[in-house]
Amino acid sequence: MSMNNIQTENTMNIEHYRNDFPCLDQEINGYSLTFLDSAASSQQPSSVIKAVSQYQSEDHSNVHRGIHTLSHRATEFYEGAREKVCSFVNAAGRSEIIFTSGATESINLVAQSFCRPTLRPGDQILISWLEHHSNIVPWQLVCDQTGAELIVAPINKNGEIEADVMISMMTEKVKMLAIGHVSNALGTINPLKKIISAAKNYDIPVLVDGTQGVPHMEVDVQSLKCDFYVFSGHKMLGPTGIGVLWGKEKILDSMPPFKSGGDMILEVTFDKTTFNELPYKFEAGTPNISGAIGLGAAVDYLQTVGMNNIYEYEKFLHNYMIEKLSEVEGIKLIGTARNQASVQSFQLDDIHPHDLGSILDQQGIAVRTGHHCAMPVMKYLGVPGTTRASLGLYNNKDDIDRLIDALEKARQIFQ
Amino acid sequence: MKKDHVTSDILDLYRELIIDHAHSPRNYRSLVEATNSSEGINPLCGDKLYLYIKINSKKIIEDISFKGTGCAVSMASASLLTESIKNLSISEANDFFESVISFMLDKNNDSNLNKKINLSKLKALEGVKQYPMRIKCATLAWHALHAAINKTSFSVTTE
Repeated sequence: MSMNNIQTENTMNIEHYRNDFPCLDQEINGYSLTFLDSAASSQQPSSVIKAVSQYQSEDHSNVHRGIHTLSHRATEFYEGAREKVCSFVNAAGRSEIIFTSGATESINLVAQSFCRPTLRPGDQILISWLEHHSNIVPWQLVCDQTGAELIVAPINKNGEIEADVMISMMTEKVKMLAIGHVSNALGTINPLKKIISAAKNYDIPVLVDGTQGVPHMEVDVQSLKCDFYVFSGHKMLGPTGIGVLWGKEKILDSMPPFKSGGDMILEVTFDKTTFNELPYKFEAGTPNISGAIGLGAAVDYLQTVGMNNIYEYEKFLHNYMIEKLSEVEGIKLIGTARNQASVQSFQLDDIHPHDLGSILDQQGIAVRTGHHCAMPVMKYLGVPGTTRASLGLYNNKDDIDRLIDALEKARQIFQ
Repeated sequence: MKKDHVTSDILDLYRELIIDHAHSPRNYRSLVEATNSSEGINPLCGDKLYLYIKINSKKIIEDISFKGTGCAVSMASASLLTESIKNLSISEANDFFESVISFMLDKNNDSNLNKKINLSKLKALEGVKQYPMRIKCATLAWHALHAAINKTSFSVTTE
């Protein structure tokens, strides 16, 4: 069977899933919504909405503390979600899955709890030019606090990190390497295996920001061989306000708590507090129970569709989008990595991205415009911002055709 | 151009005058003899513009110019600003600022408008009112003007 046939078959197998997303079924400015902003936040399938709503209306109580039936149920569902996430990313055990408010909090946790106690002046933290602000600022802050230095691996004109260049910056001074799995602004899939394996030669701990990775491809944290992997629920069909820090148990065990309060303790006296075991040591206070349950339902959904099916389908759609965009006069694709997830930034003539965003919105098309919380990337490429169309498993070729028509209209207005 | 409902709605935002001023902004230059200046920044949009103003001893704005980058709405608004404000006194410019801001923020009610002020061409920005997310683009240059002539701060933002 040719590649084309496989792709067509995948297209047919997966397209009906779109009907599971109620938010997509609406009109915006008189047009059927064309949602091309999943990299900012993805839509939720009915099963996720239902899981959250069912918990709120039938099972809500606090977790880990009540003796009564509702508390037991809430705990079962909350911990059940942890089990789902654990197997989803192939963690070694449930104690390695810490629920946080999102990838941002996860990175802050690692910066403050893992790095801050041991960083010394002269030490370095290595990141790349591709990073989202959430994988820059927490490291800047911990560098300021400790006198360590932030060093940044460059990218090439296609928007790729060159593994060899990044590896050449690794020395015994580097105490942490933080790198995105997939660039949110350009879609570049980073050469993680090569980079992580080199980092291990220098004993450099590695954190991978997987926020844009987990929604689009199968992730196996053990085979990646990183030390921390973080992601957010709302980019992978789940609710906002819930995210994950995965870390190797041995490392998490050695780290002091990040936040403190209830649920993260075993015993409290005014002289001394004994901290709870993993993962609770890092989950102070009443957690986002409904968020975790929603995330668990999102994991179920993604696994039902199949991560490999999602990857192949989105690749097929992305290729179609690149092909169609390239035919639009005045288009310039920003981010042309050889290995790219279903995210495409572009510019159209000299139309400012915000003007383009308004014109597209007027035609029912949701895209992201601006710097995408990745100002250094924009600066590196010498553009003030881009327009970004990002795909989810619920998009189809029609969505892309509508985008193309709307871009043609924008050109007419600005001619 | 075919004017279906989409293009006619969006054309209300991107009126010809706006597109014209965005493509060929007036008074787009720096001003070495500037007595007052300021920068307007929208950090979320990345819009950034600098205003240069020359105020003479009679407190009249003798010359005004701007430079910067931004969307069509913010560029056109800054360009129109330079045309409207030139040769006004500081106090007249402050009144003009107030009128433009109330015009932009009051959707359907112009009772707050200072009747003495004729917004004339600036009414081309009216279409922006229908796009709440874009009003800050239209007001950026005006806040920069207010900061520059009153020397309240060098840098302003409308976020």
